[in-house]
Amino acid sequence: MQKNQENIPLVTADGTPLKISLARAQRRSKIIAFLMVFPLLLFITIAFIGPIADMLMLSVENSIVKKILPKSAEALQKWDEYSGQLPDEEVFAAIVEEIKQAKASKQHTKIGSRFNYESSGFSSLFRKTGRKVKKIKSPPFKDGLIKADKRWGEIYTWQVIKQNSSNYTDGYYLAALDFKREFSSGNIKSLESKDSIYLKLFFRTILLSTLITFLTFVIGFPLSYMLSTVSTRISNILIIFVLLPFWTSLLVRTTSWIALLQQEGVINDFLLLVGFINEDGRLAMIHNATGTVVAMTHILLPFMVLPLFSVMKTIPKSYVRAAISLGAHPWKAFWKIYFPNTGPGIGAGSILVFILAIGYYITPALVGGSSGTFISNRIAYHISSSLNWGLGSAIGVILLGIVLLFFVLYHRIVGINNMKLG
Amino acid sequence: MNYFMRTIISITAFVVVGMVSQAMATELVVVSWGGAYTASQQNAYHQPYMDRTPGVKIVNDDSAGSAVAKLRAMKQAGNTTWDLVDAVASDAMMLCDEGLVDEIDHNSALANGADGSSATEDFGDFIVSPCFIPQIVYSTTFGYRKDKVSRPMKSVCDVFDLKSFPGKRSLEKKPINNMEWALICDGVSPSKVYDVLGTDAGVRQALAKLDTIKSSVVWWTAGAQTPQLLADGEVVVGSTYNGRLFALIEEQKQPVAMLWDWQVFDLDGWVVPSEGKNKAEVMKYLRFATDTQRLADQAKFISYGPTRASSAPMVGKHAKLGIAMAPHMPTDPNNAKTTLLFNYEFWADNRDDLDAKFNAWLLK
Repeated sequence: MQKNQENIPLVTADGTPLKISLARAQRRSKIIAFLMVFPLLLFITIAFIGPIADMLMLSVENSIVKKILPKSAEALQKWDEYSGQLPDEEVFAAIVEEIKQAKASKQHTKIGSRFNYESSGFSSLFRKTGRKVKKIKSPPFKDGLIKADKRWGEIYTWQVIKQNSSNYTDGYYLAALDFKREFSSGNIKSLESKDSIYLKLFFRTILLSTLITFLTFVIGFPLSYMLSTVSTRISNILIIFVLLPFWTSLLVRTTSWIALLQQEGVINDFLLLVGFINEDGRLAMIHNATGTVVAMTHILLPFMVLPLFSVMKTIPKSYVRAAISLGAHPWKAFWKIYFPNTGPGIGAGSILVFILAIGYYITPALVGGSSGTFISNRIAYHISSSLNWGLGSAIGVILLGIVLLFFVLYHRIVGINNMKLG
Repeated sequence: MNYFMRTIISITAFVVVGMVSQAMATELVVVSWGGAYTASQQNAYHQPYMDRTPGVKIVNDDSAGSAVAKLRAMKQAGNTTWDLVDAVASDAMMLCDEGLVDEIDHNSALANGADGSSATEDFGDFIVSPCFIPQIVYSTTFGYRKDKVSRPMKSVCDVFDLKSFPGKRSLEKKPINNMEWALICDGVSPSKVYDVLGTDAGVRQALAKLDTIKSSVVWWTAGAQTPQLLADGEVVVGSTYNGRLFALIEEQKQPVAMLWDWQVFDLDGWVVPSEGKNKAEVMKYLRFATDTQRLADQAKFISYGPTRASSAPMVGKHAKLGIAMAPHMPTDPNNAKTTLLFNYEFWADNRDDLDAKFNAWLLK
């Protein structure tokens, strides 16, 4: 029977085998489907995957040393940096020649800044040497270079250059995690707690973002419940109030919080008027973590309310009524029947608010003072101000890792399918 | 010729003329700091130049704050859209070293001073980099609320004196300037400040001094914050750029006074991006915009000192307020009794390291 079927294949009306015809039709619809998502795919590749890959590269990239000082880096490989001796004349000759070239192509300060990220003083070392290197014309280059700047006669200088001359570096990640490489021994040491910056900021960012998420939930849940129970006409008006902050500039909203919360501000004046505090007891509610939490809870509230509202809208009222009519206490009916049904909304809202909060930087910069700034403020600082893009990228990659980790955790605990964005 | 044809021809002529005049107008993108500062440049340089040179249109861009980062990115992308950038001296040096901006032959590119001196003589030491065309001298200094102190503040060390002057202070959220002031007020001789700050013990000493007021400090990140905090009475004393304080005191009539003691001078000037597309036109503009009269004119609109020696005697009255501007200049002898000059080399070397230490200290 089976053999028979294989021998006489099924054919369509025009004589082509059914299998081929079917595959052809499917291929066509696959191509059409692909073409339809292609613009999106292209956009995501260019605007999302590309920059992230670029950021990953920047955080480990170190080819600048091999590009500008290729021969010196090569010659340094033969030198034993723990021998207690300066490198050979060969290395000095190579670096003199290469600094001359770098000076001509205006690259010498770039390499100086690169080493300066690892150890202070390299910026001026290369700048100064660049100015004087023309005068070093004949061997011995060692004496000439040390005359140009005595730091070339220190073993430490060469240890830094040698240990940072490979094409990739872990230096930015070490710095981003509060580690330090001691170039004189090559050991990696974690910074003392009093010198640590980034770990504290990562921890604070996660803590405050969690708090903000929780607060938006506490405020947003009853609000959404009310919105979903009143008549459509009223709920539409109230929804506009929820959305209103969306239509106001972020800066305006943040500065209004400053006017409200500052020590000479509206709230303190009111508390003083009603005698709740005295003139010396004005509360510090801004330029600290409180300011960040208050302002960001307000700004991110709609992202919690909207998914909650859309989920609550779909929960039939009869569920709770049925539970009560079957003898449940109203509170128990709410807790056992209504609340679990809002799960997808809570999940969606929480993850939206948390992920947005963890990357916020304008609001913390304006109202956070020193105790309410986030890790993203350091990223912004390194990208636009200190111009240490490698370190900025490394912090960015770690932050991305943390977000993904929370996402995976969420998926494990709640399940990503159990989320409703509205 | 019928009516229809005539209409067609006149429309075509209109469009062609429009396109030609569009093509003839050169647009120069000038990057500066925005706000009152860009307005002063608009009034003193851009508008007079456009009035004289009909084919040129100057477009302002307010992103000077991130000029180095953006110029680097533009060069990488191979499309530099800026023609002229207003930069602080340290940024100008960095850009010059990296070849992102052009070196200038000051004497041939710029006008002689009104007194006949060459441009290099007239600008003197202010030409801190071969790429840099100095424009103004500004300073970072303090303003205090006259009505909230028991006696006038005279010394920068009053900022560190919580007993005599209780209340909050606003300081920039950076080690630069704060560390210097802290050391001076901790008894370090001003001429030795950078020697001391270059050592670990010196950094600890500066931070320990800052520790004494840490709980009373509001940290600012944008120059406009201190004037606002002073106006709100949120702080008693705060540091910012002197021009901002002038606007607060003279234009907005707030009860604030200047504390010029140990103001830190810095320079601001033009640099020409080397990949700019209208360089010939930019150089013509620069010759005009940096002459003696124009630099003196800018001081009518903002209280920053002109960098040409020949402009100083021509500084007149404020364009709207009608008050003499000379006493409000940071360079005025009465204001400049004790000054520091921003130390470019020290901060180029130590900024990364001190910034990390400063931020670790902030988090403690």
